[in-house]
Formats: sequence, C-alpha cells, structure tokens
Amino acid sequence: MATMYQYDQYDQQMVDARVAEFRDQVDRRLSGELTEEQFTPLRLMNGLYLQLHAYMLRVAVPYGTLSSQQMRMLAEIARKYDKGYGHFTTRQNIQYNWIQLKDAPDILDDLATVEMHAIQTSGNCIRNISSDQYAGVAADEVCDPRPYAELLRQWSSFHPEFSFLPRKFKIAVIASPGDRAAMRLHDIGIEMVRSEAGELGAKFFAGGGMGRTPMIAPCVREFVPVDELVSYSEAILRVYNRWGRRDNKYKARIKILVHETGADEFRRQVEEEYERMQPLDLDPPRAELERIEAFFAPPAYERLEDGYDTDDPDFRLWAQANVTAHKVPGYAAAAISLKPVGGIPGDASAEQMDIVADLAQRYSLDEVRVTHAQNLILPNVKQADLHALWQELEAAGLGTPNLDLASDIIACPGLDYCSLANARSIPVAQKLSQRLSGRERDLGELKIKISGCINACGHHHAGHIGILGVDRKGVENYQLLLGGSGAEDVSLAKITGPGFDEDGVVDAVETVTNLYLEQREEGERFVDTYRRLGMAPFKEALYG
Amino acid sequence: MADWPRYRDDAPVNEPAVTLEAFLEQPEAVAVRIEPGADVRELVPHLARLKLIEVGFPAFKDGRGYSAARILREEGYQGELRAEGDVLLDQLGFMRRCGFDSFAPAEPIEAAKAEAAMDRWPHHYQKDAVGTVPVWAKRHG
Repeated sequence: MATMYQYDQYDQQMVDARVAEFRDQVDRRLSGELTEEQFTPLRLMNGLYLQLHAYMLRVAVPYGTLSSQQMRMLAEIARKYDKGYGHFTTRQNIQYNWIQLKDAPDILDDLATVEMHAIQTSGNCIRNISSDQYAGVAADEVCDPRPYAELLRQWSSFHPEFSFLPRKFKIAVIASPGDRAAMRLHDIGIEMVRSEAGELGAKFFAGGGMGRTPMIAPCVREFVPVDELVSYSEAILRVYNRWGRRDNKYKARIKILVHETGADEFRRQVEEEYERMQPLDLDPPRAELERIEAFFAPPAYERLEDGYDTDDPDFRLWAQANVTAHKVPGYAAAAISLKPVGGIPGDASAEQMDIVADLAQRYSLDEVRVTHAQNLILPNVKQADLHALWQELEAAGLGTPNLDLASDIIACPGLDYCSLANARSIPVAQKLSQRLSGRERDLGELKIKISGCINACGHHHAGHIGILGVDRKGVENYQLLLGGSGAEDVSLAKITGPGFDEDGVVDAVETVTNLYLEQREEGERFVDTYRRLGMAPFKEALYG
Repeated sequence: MADWPRYRDDAPVNEPAVTLEAFLEQPEAVAVRIEPGADVRELVPHLARLKLIEVGFPAFKDGRGYSAARILREEGYQGELRAEGDVLLDQLGFMRRCGFDSFAPAEPIEAAKAEAAMDRWPHHYQKDAVGTVPVWAKRHG
C-alpha cells in the first residue's frame, strides 16, 4: 500500500456526486438544453478542453503522487478511450488528447474507482495543487508538504465563493529551501517552515505566474500558523475574487492585481480580510490535520547501509544523472525520464505506464511521483535494487539517463495539438535533444523549456534556455531567452534579440552552449556563467 | 414573481431596489441593488434597515457577487438576498451556500430542476453562509 491519502466515505461520495452531475451536464449539452457557452465553464471545471482535433481530458494527480493501482488505471484509460498514450504535464497532471465527449462521464466513473478525478483541472477556479516530487523523501525538507496540499485540495474543491474567479488559480506547496516545484511562479506559493520556537507554519507568496506577463511572487506573510492555512488562503482568494481585473483576460491573473495594487497594499488588504475571518472559525481542527498527516507517515523502511555497485558503465551514467539521495540510509529516489532523445516530452504509452506501475509495486513501496518537468519518480528504491531496476527500465525504453540535462526538455503540446498555439513545440524539442544529447554530460545541468505561444505552458520564462514560438506573418518563428530559473534561484529569462526559424533556433542554442563551454569557470552551470557574463557576449555570438 | 425560487418564509419585498449611490442618499430606502464592481462593505452601517439586497449577475462567469453575498451574511445581514440576472441552474447551489435566499434568473428555471441541483451534493468541504456542517466537522463529531 502506497504512502498516500486514502478517501473516506465523504471523499468518495463527493467524487461520485461529481461524476453524476457531469453525466447530467453532458446529457443536457448533447440534447441542446445547454448552449456551448453555458457548457464550457462546466466542462472546464471537469478538465475537458476542446482542442484542435478532439476533446482533451486533464486528470488530476494531486500533488503528483500515484499508487501503482492508479497508474494502471491511467494506462487502461489510455487504451480504452485514447490512442494508447497519455501526456504528463508541467503541473503533475496527465492529459489525454483524443477523447470523445460522450465517453467523458465513463472515464470519470473509472477514475472514481481508484480515488481519482478531473475536478478543477481547468477553468477559472482553484486548480490541482502541486508539490515537490521528492516530498516525504527529500533530505532538506522540514516536513512532508503533502498533508497540507491535501488539506487545501479539500478546501478548494467545489468552493462556493471561488468557483468563478477572474482567471485560473494555481497553488504549489513545498517544504524545503530547495524549490523543485517552481513555487514562486504560482498564484499562491506556500513554503512550509518552522518558526524559531519550532512551530510548524507556512511562508506565503502570492502573485507569481508565467504567461504573457511573467512575475515572481513576493512574500505576503512570513509565517502563517499551520492551523490557519485555510483561513489565510481564503483571505487572499477573497481579495482576488473581489478586486482582480475582469475587463481583460490577459490582465486577470492575481499577479496583475498584486503588481498594480503594490505588494504592500495587497498585503494590507489580505491582512484585513484575515482579521475579519478569525471569528468565523473557517479552519479545520488540529485533529483533522493529524488525520491527514497520519496517511503520510513514513512507510516501513528496512535498516540498510548506503552504497551500491556502479561498475557497469552504462548503469553508472544513468545512476549519476537520474538517482537522487533519500533521507533514509540505503534508499534512493530514481527518476524515469519521459524524454527519450527525439521523443515527445512527457508522453508515455499505456504499456509503459503498466510497466512503471509494476516497477513501483516491486521496487518503490507502491509509489510513483509525477514531476513538473514531465518525468516520473520512483521515490523509495533500495539502493541495492537500483541496478535491477535500471535493467528493466532499459528494456522498456525508459532508461534515458538525462535528468536535468540538455535533452530533459519541458515542452508544451504546441501547434500539434493545442488550439491556442502559434507554433509547434514538439519538433523543436526533438531536434534539440538530438543535437545536444551527445555532449549533454559535459554541459551539465541545463534546463531548456519550450512554449508554442505566449501563454507559456512550456515555462520558457523559467528556462536556463527558453524558447518561445510565435507567429510572424504566418510563419513559425522562435525567440530565444536566457537566464531563467524556476528553482530556489528563481529568475525570469530575457529575450536575446530577433527570432529564428525552426532549424535556426536549434543552431542558436548550440551557439550559446558553445560560448558557455569556452567561458565557464570551475563548477559553473550554464545559468551561472550567463549570470556572471550577462547577455552581451551571448548576443555577440548569436548576431555578431 | 411567485415563480422565483425563494427560500424565505416572509413576504417578498415589493419596493424597487435602488442603486447603491441612490440608497446611500435616501434614509427611507429599504431595498438596494448591487452591481459587480461595487464595494458591498459600504452597506454595512445600514444593514439593519435593509429588507432586500439584490445582487446583479450580468454574466454568470463574473463571480464577484458570491463574495458580496458572503460578506453581507458575515456582517449579519438577515434580510432577503437576491441573485438577479444571468443566474443558471448549475450555479444555484454555490449561490445558496454564499447566502442568497432568492433568485431572479433572466431565463426561468424549473423548480424541480432547481431542487435537484441544490440536493446534488451529499456533503461540503467548507463552512459557508448557511450553517453547513463541513466534512471535517462530520469526521470529528
């Protein structure tokens, strides 16, 4: 049994009621009782988008944690209702790109049997809450952040006041100084911390985001007691729901409100609401927190020693890139890259999902995690099992040794699937990974992120190297950006200059990485060298 | 008017709802209409004399009226709170929980369907303006 939240009768009844409601809504749409305009926000709140070729269904993976049973169901849905594939997203969810409207209620029924759903995975509401893929096993965390993400998942589900917000609303919860969830690029970013007195609480950030106006969220409160996470979140949401802009959808995110109001004035308004909410007792009692925390108690680890054999050179390559330290001696977290060279970032076939489920069961205490970089993690692998695990991954085409290297590219679906896109993302990712994979070990940590339009689903603002596809007089054109980061050294990338065509941008990335190899000092990553040198030499190399 | 879904026992208020601006200048007015951009807290000093507050929903996607309703109930308003305009079946449950107790939808809603929509959810995860016992309270008695 995986270490994860388990539904009780209440949670199950809520999800079942949602499926029944959605079935009724689909029936009313198919009969014409609901107009498409009326139906749109209803289907969006169930994760159903109308894309270029078909409906796309986005299924929530709360804070990125899956059991092997759930992973098997995701494979089953890919086989039964899609073309045998699923696509893992930058918010730890999974999307199916070839869904029929009439099948959607049946899919939700199937998901409900394994305590899953598509609730609020799109629409202008509070979305699925994301977290650190190493939650519970990271050595640097003050606690497991997932119980608090679950608390907020329940609070935000079908919230009566906040289901028609000015725009979508994304929350990330982490619990370590290392940020593996792009926390400060969220509408609300929450970092669990301990006060000097040792009390658990949260540092709140608000007003971050990507899109066409990227912003890094400022801190709005240094410490919110752990018992008041709900009421403080409620205060932020109320200020946003009342005063967020609704005249222009491109200025409707909370980041614009915080920016235009000013962080200090925004903070004052939130504090005022928070004060007013105190007598309402909106927060669940400590017993409820303890109930949720108990689900995430560490599993029964064996007493083991650190260390494993890396004589096999191919295995060593994989272990160096994809294996991460674990807080318990003798264990490790192993990354399964969904970025094979020349492949589609984040795609997994039904067969691969089944294999991952099987490996999770045998090697990882039944658990899988989804990362915001569109990879999977087996969080609880005995170091002694790593070699056997790697051999099985290799055999399934899942052994690509490239975590956080040049070919581990984040890309949105782009013009191949998305009705918003201006340019294709996937072919650029494929060509870049082919071009760079041969020397990616020499290049070291290099995060390349590609978006097919200004909405920035591919996180190009947060890439060490970012690529933005635009439409220039009917021709796909790609802008190059440098110096972004979604990690604890968060920064926004800057555009180098005029854009390139598809092959030109691949050459341009090679050019800037060549300059890095020439100029780097001992221990510097690409982004460190860029920060030291500034844009000028990179511009010179690109445009001469 | 009798067909409007209404969840109050008292007689409906028949006085016209005036604009917020007009209301603040008319000491005898007991009914007011709130538009989405207004700051409903301006009404707080006058809640005792108000019998009807009508909150306009010119477009169902504009959710500001939900916060307006909750604030009024949190401040102790006991009178009729009416959602008027682009009020649709699938929003009735949320509106009710925010404290609306009467509805004036631009397009009529069948009473039976409204009832079914209100009863759709066996539980709720949050406290609200109508005294719902949230799931966490059910769990812990």
